[in-house]
Amino acid sequence: MGMTMTQKILAAHAGLDCVEAGQLIEAKLDVVMANDITGPMALPIFREMAENVFDKDKVVLVPDHFTPNKDIKSAENSKAIREFAKAQGLSWYFEQGKSGVEHAILPEAGVVATGECIIGADSHTCTYGALGAFSTGVGTTDIATGMAMGELWFKVPSAIQFVLTGKPGPYVTGKDIILHIIGKIGVDGALYKSMEFTGDGIANLTMDDRFTMANMAIEAGAKNGIFPVDEKTEEYLKEHTKKSYQIYTADEDAEYDEVVIINLAEVRPTVAFPHLPGNAKTIDEIEEMEPIKIDQVVIGSCTNGRMSDMRKAAAILKGHTVHPDVRVMVVPATQKIYKECIKEGLIDIFIDAGCAVNTPSCGPCMGGHMGVMAAGEKCVSTTNRNFVGRMGHVDSLIYLASPEVAAASAIAGCIANPEKVGDR
Amino acid sequence: MKALGHVFKYGDNVDTDVIIPARYLNSFDAKELASHAMVDIDPTFAKRVQPGDLIVANKNFGCGSSREHAPLCLKTAGVSCVIAETFARIFYRNAINIGLPIIECPEAARGIEAGDEVEVDFDSGKIYNKTRGTEFQGQPFPEFMQKLIAAGGLVKYTNSKKEK
Repeated sequence: MGMTMTQKILAAHAGLDCVEAGQLIEAKLDVVMANDITGPMALPIFREMAENVFDKDKVVLVPDHFTPNKDIKSAENSKAIREFAKAQGLSWYFEQGKSGVEHAILPEAGVVATGECIIGADSHTCTYGALGAFSTGVGTTDIATGMAMGELWFKVPSAIQFVLTGKPGPYVTGKDIILHIIGKIGVDGALYKSMEFTGDGIANLTMDDRFTMANMAIEAGAKNGIFPVDEKTEEYLKEHTKKSYQIYTADEDAEYDEVVIINLAEVRPTVAFPHLPGNAKTIDEIEEMEPIKIDQVVIGSCTNGRMSDMRKAAAILKGHTVHPDVRVMVVPATQKIYKECIKEGLIDIFIDAGCAVNTPSCGPCMGGHMGVMAAGEKCVSTTNRNFVGRMGHVDSLIYLASPEVAAASAIAGCIANPEKVGDR
Repeated sequence: MKALGHVFKYGDNVDTDVIIPARYLNSFDAKELASHAMVDIDPTFAKRVQPGDLIVANKNFGCGSSREHAPLCLKTAGVSCVIAETFARIFYRNAINIGLPIIECPEAARGIEAGDEVEVDFDSGKIYNKTRGTEFQGQPFPEFMQKLIAAGGLVKYTNSKKEK
């Protein structure tokens, strides 16, 4: 019986010739990552098992959630992982000012590569599937065990194959495609499974599109999302990492629980309505409705804070001003992206339009700090979750969208179609 | 091992943001986290929950963030077991790792109402609704997970493996 791409990576890391769905294995880990929320909690658990990390080149700590520190407790937590990283001599510790949002910085800094087996104590660790790696989010005890032992137990997942065909339209991005897919299969549509993307439509997706899509696999309940490796992936790796890597491909006769065909040309700009990422509506459906007035827009996060996201948002905002009833926050996901925004004049565009530009942080996405909402407020956000109370008060509402929809909405003061603002 | 208590009932897709909102995540003091358990879906839960009480929910319980604070705050609040139609995978792993008993059983999720008194036998996977006199058969854990639970969670299991 053939194996899926994910199963092949897991088999290789478990030292087995083949594995099948449902099998419990112990796999060797290439990268073990935690942040300032999950890391400090893992340290006492780690110390129950080991004095030193299994490999100081493979354990990665990124303070990004409550940083720059929002209060004393957060500062204590950051201090705990900072001191641990120093004491252990970790090669990859990303301090404020040299850092960014974990799932943007790890690929950018070349910490993660194709074919690897990666765990992170953050559910959006599935992002690195864009590079053709097996990458999944785990909790604190799992991460502590990974840090100590360099291996972890996994149940081998079955997979759903998403065959992508055609070319997306000018205002359709990875975010629209993944929201469309989650809308189609539901927030538990891929529960326990891999989402394996295939098809000739992938050639029409940028690496940033793929990062966004793999990032949100968890929002369909998936264990991981994964893309095959092509020239674009290899070009990205050449530019970002010094690591050697191995490419895995799914077997011709790999078994899938389900095959879902998506014609990218038919996907429209898509928005997820409160309170689930699966409540997808197309921009055309929204234009038929009464205007949905908004109070806030957030452009950034591990889902959509990359360079192309910044460029797309700026292209819409250029020469316009933000609606007087709307507050806009732009959060480049890493320092490198921030600098590039300055170089390309994007920060001028954002500020001239009336946006606040923040230092890289996860803050607004999970209602941690910066942009927390009051009762009754509505936000169009390029983040990944719109659960009840996710960005503040339980009576606030979040609409998930692409940077272009978010930027168009910022100008209009209500959820708006970027096709009516942009000039492509 | 058994659980016995009254039931708090919730619906589909109870996510980790409502179980324990991010604004409380700068603490990992279990008691403090427990005092905020379920606050964004059921503000009086933490005050009303008694040791031994159970949570029963429908599909995809614990979806969203990987925060282990979620099963931890429920366990510390006194929840003896969560029964659901299905669980999100990270929550499922985290619950096993920290020793919060969970059982998948769609029939029980449908046949138990808020306030019912329910008993769960973890060895057999049997769920008994004492209020309504009905019984359900839940999924017992796979052998490997039973080993983890018997060892007292992942840390103790890992340490016992190292000694071999």
